Amino acid sequence: MAEICTVKEAVRNISDGMSIMIGGFLNVGTPENLIQALVEKGVKDLTIISNDTGFVGKGIGKLQDHKQIAKVYTSYVEGHPAYGQCMDSGEVEVILVPQGTLAEQIRAAGAGLGGVLTPTGVGTVAAQGKQEVMIHDKTYLMELALSADVAFIKAYQADTSGNLVYRRCARNFNPIMATAAKLVIAEVEEIVPVGTIDPDHVITPGIFVDFIVKGDIEYGRNG
Amino acid sequence: MAGMDKRILVARRVAQELKDGEVVNLGIGLPTLVANYLPQGIAIILHSENGFLGIGTEPEWGEEDKDLINAGGKSVTILPNGSCFDSAMSFSIIRGGHVDVTVLGALEVDEKGNLANWMVPGKKVTGMGGAMDLVTGAKKVIIAMEHVNKDGSPKIVKECTIPLTAQGEVDLIVTDLAVIAVQSDGLHLLEIGEGTTVGEVVSSTGASLILPQDGIPVYRREGSK
Repeated sequence: MAEICTVKEAVRNISDGMSIMIGGFLNVGTPENLIQALVEKGVKDLTIISNDTGFVGKGIGKLQDHKQIAKVYTSYVEGHPAYGQCMDSGEVEVILVPQGTLAEQIRAAGAGLGGVLTPTGVGTVAAQGKQEVMIHDKTYLMELALSADVAFIKAYQADTSGNLVYRRCARNFNPIMATAAKLVIAEVEEIVPVGTIDPDHVITPGIFVDFIVKGDIEYGRNG
Repeated sequence: MAGMDKRILVARRVAQELKDGEVVNLGIGLPTLVANYLPQGIAIILHSENGFLGIGTEPEWGEEDKDLINAGGKSVTILPNGSCFDSAMSFSIIRGGHVDVTVLGALEVDEKGNLANWMVPGKKVTGMGGAMDLVTGAKKVIIAMEHVNKDGSPKIVKECTIPLTAQGEVDLIVTDLAVIAVQSDGLHLLEIGEGTTVGEVVSSTGASLILPQDGIPVYRREGSK
């Protein structure tokens, strides 16, 4: 059952070395208030799983600004210039994953699957170290499921039992991440009474959500 | 030809490849221009890999929706018949063969249809984003680019030398100089752009071209024939 709490309370049990999935795509659908709380808490050596690594001073980028990340699984690092150097120096271990593969690895974990077979990346550096499987004369890469200790997700509305709806393309990785972590914290713009969201419109069922927080600060894309 | 004129020439020619009702994903940069040059009566459905179908026009100044960007991070609108979904669905659409055409740029493309467009060794790494999935999954892959690099060296080569995005997936290459089809027997020169010659195309290409038997059609920057 989802519990409504403050941002600070939500990150209470997050400690050094944990793995955290963070929703969002180029800072749209990114739980900014939760990330800010993580910066203020100062936890370190995190493993981050996210579509991209955000921008300097914004979104997931703030965790890199404060050197809180040890390892990151992501499809795109361009927004944050620090990654070029970090990758060379080994300061942060960056595992680049094709975006669709990353989505499917997360979905697999949430769906109780060991992994998936994808044609994406065959014959490229993304195939390095991975098992290839031939099915009906086509080669696939075996990509293993990817789960995390915690998922930070961002939704538009939650009802008080944790059912979530999203807006436009702020949905992106959020619904799948909500299924693939032990602890799921949803940052939302509005908390509404049960019954307000039609069951047919719920995207993430409330059973996946542990904590709901209302983001006090409204960050735009450029906030 | 000036840079913008070259881009228009390429975009207009690529647009002629698209059929009414097709689901299309346009890459960042030159490929995005293709939507502006669709022939009359042709409507396509644009897919955005960050999770929606039905990309509309740019929003009016001040009318931007904070939750609505294209995959390059630019504010966009969504059409009334659009639909939104999560990243797993978005890439199911891509890998599952539900995208009819993807149009992307290239750093290198070779005679076997191999494409390299995400990483230059020694340069800052950016990540492949959704490019590997798009090139692998789309039914038809069209490369839209300038024919040669800024230093004049060919981008169409015998064999790619930089890390691949996908193997053997490119179907058609459209540049400011030529339209080239990738087939099992090699690269077929189909058309040349206005202002060039077959000789210039051949000398600007780092792989062998199979030339047409008869005369070669010319495509133009302006709509007229």
